[in-house]
Amino acid sequence: MPRRVLIVEDEPNIVESLSWILGRAGFEVLVESDGAAALARIAGETPDLVILDAMLPGRSGFEILRDLRAGAATARIPVIMLTARSQARDREMAEKLGVDLFIAKPFSNAHVVETARRLAER
Amino acid sequence: MAANLLIAVATGYVALLFLVAFLADRRAAAGRARWLRSPVVYTLSISVYCTAWTFYGAVGSAARSGLEFAAIYTGPTLVFVGWWFLLRKLVRIGRSLRITSVADLLSSRYGKSPAIAVIVTLIAVVGSTPYIALQLQSLTLSFSVLAAGSGQEWPEAATAFWLAAGLALFTILFGTRNVDANERHHGVVTAIALEAVVKLLALIAVGIFAVWGVAGGLGAAFARADPQLLAQGQVFGERWVAITLLSASAVICLPRMFQVTVVENVDERHLATAAWAFPLYLMLICLFVLPIAIIGRAVLPADANPDLFVLTLPLALGREELALLAFLGGFSSATSMVIVAAIALSTMLSNHIIVPLWLAGQRGRHAAAGDVRAMLLASRRAGIVAILALGYLYFRITGGSEALAAIGLIAFAGAAQIMPALLAGIFWRGATRSGALAGVTAGSLIWAYTLFLPSFDGSFLLSAATLADGPWGIAALRPQALFGLQGLDPLVHCMFWSLTANVGLLATVSLLTGQSLLERLQAALFVDVFRMRAARAEPVIRRSATSGDLYTLSERILGRAAARQLFREMAAEQGRADALPEATPAMIERLERALAGAVGAASAHAMVSQIAGGETISMEALISIADETAQIVDYSRRLESKSRELEATAAELRRANRQLQEISAQKDAFLNHVSHELRTPMTSIRSFAEILREGDLTAEERQRFVTIIHEESQRLTRLLDEILDLSFLESGRVNWQLEPIDVEAVIDQALAATEALIARSGMVLHRAPRAEGLIAMGQRDRLAQVFINLVSNAVKYAQGAGRHIAIRTGRTATDIFVEVADDGPGVPPEDRFQIFEKFARARGQTDSRGAGLGLPISREIMRNLGGDLRLVPTRRGATFRVTLPLPQRAASVA
Repeated sequence: MPRRVLIVEDEPNIVESLSWILGRAGFEVLVESDGAAALARIAGETPDLVILDAMLPGRSGFEILRDLRAGAATARIPVIMLTARSQARDREMAEKLGVDLFIAKPFSNAHVVETARRLAER
Repeated sequence: MAANLLIAVATGYVALLFLVAFLADRRAAAGRARWLRSPVVYTLSISVYCTAWTFYGAVGSAARSGLEFAAIYTGPTLVFVGWWFLLRKLVRIGRSLRITSVADLLSSRYGKSPAIAVIVTLIAVVGSTPYIALQLQSLTLSFSVLAAGSGQEWPEAATAFWLAAGLALFTILFGTRNVDANERHHGVVTAIALEAVVKLLALIAVGIFAVWGVAGGLGAAFARADPQLLAQGQVFGERWVAITLLSASAVICLPRMFQVTVVENVDERHLATAAWAFPLYLMLICLFVLPIAIIGRAVLPADANPDLFVLTLPLALGREELALLAFLGGFSSATSMVIVAAIALSTMLSNHIIVPLWLAGQRGRHAAAGDVRAMLLASRRAGIVAILALGYLYFRITGGSEALAAIGLIAFAGAAQIMPALLAGIFWRGATRSGALAGVTAGSLIWAYTLFLPSFDGSFLLSAATLADGPWGIAALRPQALFGLQGLDPLVHCMFWSLTANVGLLATVSLLTGQSLLERLQAALFVDVFRMRAARAEPVIRRSATSGDLYTLSERILGRAAARQLFREMAAEQGRADALPEATPAMIERLERALAGAVGAASAHAMVSQIAGGETISMEALISIADETAQIVDYSRRLESKSRELEATAAELRRANRQLQEISAQKDAFLNHVSHELRTPMTSIRSFAEILREGDLTAEERQRFVTIIHEESQRLTRLLDEILDLSFLESGRVNWQLEPIDVEAVIDQALAATEALIARSGMVLHRAPRAEGLIAMGQRDRLAQVFINLVSNAVKYAQGAGRHIAIRTGRTATDIFVEVADDGPGVPPEDRFQIFEKFARARGQTDSRGAGLGLPISREIMRNLGGDLRLVPTRRGATFRVTLPLPQRAASVA
């Protein structure tokens, strides 16, 4: 059974590239571009992995991560956070909130796929 | 009469005086001096005014010039009856400030000036010298006359010498037992009171004898009068006025009069009695002057000296016991004057000349440690001897030839030179030290030149030739006809010139010069002495001195007992029972006053200053301290204002810092934004590049991915362009060449560029009719850039919700405007304030084509063109308004 990954990202081109490489790696890819709807989507789908952009319209990735970790059903879902921002504080904050991996954009496709596999297997 | 008898009687009389003086001193020391302190004794002591001149000279004067003698008593009577307020003021000042002499009074008033003290002392000594000589002369004459009957040769010089010596001894014994002038000479005053009674009784006795014993009644006595005598032209003439004036000032200014009236006064209320009793005494003593003169002229030979009628009349008529009484009266008159004058003058000499010289000599050494008391007593005694020696010398030089009254008037005229400065000193605050110095000096010099030196008749300093023809033959400078003022009585002549110069200079110089601070304080103290009663003069001079040293000083000056008493009182006042008082400014001031009673204000001041061991704060220092204080106050005021400024600066800095922090935060935010805007396209580019590198793609996929990479690259380039453009526009280095442009044409240009965009969006463009001649100064391409941005935004944000885009142009009084409106959702109120901020894309706007720099860039362009870009509040949709100044305004801006 293929692992399911939910990509929460608002940049269409990035969504397209991520979907393409993860799909090719055997994941079942779900996409959500609205921050406000992301949490409900995750809780509903219970994916094996969430790839979460930090800057989202509606709600920020950090808020979504915090609520994920607070919810009993979603607390254990692995999260990879992506960010295009330059601040070191973002990484600290994300790790404090319990992110599994924090990746700065632009990322290496191989790194994202390999990490996604590893985290989704757990 | 036998000379031996005469000497015996005189000696016996002196012994009696000794006894009285001694007992009075004893009683005073024992504190049982109540009767001594009666107004009667005070009044009688004031009668020291009546000297041998009165006793003998008044009769002589009356015999020569009729009623002129009365003028000598009119002045004092007027002063005591009419000018009691002046005397009361003097007594109050003298008592409250412990004034020791008239020189001390003036010195103290004029800023404790040593110069004034010295000048007044010199005038007093010089002026009193003929007066003392007069007493010696009358005493000697009376001796000669009385002893003439015995046939003995009577050597005048020797008599005068021994008289002078004896008087010096008596004065030293009773006048310098104590150095504190304010402890008062009870013994001497009492003895003088006794002498006052004796001289009055003697003169009345002779008068009664003359009227009733010789003439047989008052009517008969006056019947014998020479009609010419009473009708002399000079009486009530200018000379009479001058003498009245002189005697009025003399009763105040003469050192001995000041001594008994002011210094020896024990109770201010005694003045009230003296105000009527002293004129009464004068009237009584004058009562028989005229009858004695008339009878004397009628009875005695024509060549008899009228000055000795009092003596020769009873003698000629065989009444030796009456003559002896008259002799004692004259003796009393002369001795009392000499004693009091010597005490007063020696105090002045000692306090104002000897002590200051001695202090100056001691400077550097610890002067106060020396035995000041012994030095003071010695200097007083030396002063007494010197004064009597001077009197004796004058007597010898003038040869005793002058009439008694003439000599006395010379002294009066000298003393009168002090009067203007004294009156001004206690009634006119504005009188200055320089004015007083100038007035007194000039008056005295004129007095000496026109009256005193001529009295030697060419035997001293001024030659007979100078007297007759003026110095170097200059007639205008003849001593007794100055500047051609001839035909006046020498006394009137002297009074006219000396007092004119004196008063004139005093007033003029006072008005022209200023006063030192100390002088001003003293002036207020004197002029307002009655107002100062409650609020004593504040100590203005602050010093620190150990009370031990001060005690030692006081002990040496005041004596052990008095010093201990004083310090005990001061300690008790400070609430320190068994210790020395603290040397507070108040204590030092009080001590200085106490010492001033002994050595005068100026010397006490100098001594206390000296013992304070150089810690004196002089008036100058005080003023400089005041100045410094003012400077410090000023400085601290400036500091305060500085610190206020600093606070303001700090607040500004804090504000600036906050701004910097904000700017820094803005910069961080900006960098974050830039990072985000750069990384986002780069992410896509890298990711698809890697996918392409992997290969194994369909042609379709490859095509699509390459297109994405291409778009994202363009997006990157555009972003960088915008950032650089904005940076340039914000830098202030914009220096566009403005040109006249047709705004409508620029709109055409912008619409041409966005035509396809609008068409794709399905929206409809509404353009208002073109306005003609909308010419503005600007940059065609930049303005077009703004319009393109606005139209693109309208399409981008209103797409879907709205359907119309409207462009309208127009002008106001000052501007050309262009409005671009849409009917989309508009800008939410919470975002309106920040749509012109960088990277502030409207909420929820995810169009990757804009980095959020369009509006900031557009606004910067408009501002650089002298116009503006604003969001116009509307009910629906968004309306942006571009304004540009009309050309004339643009020209003035440029």
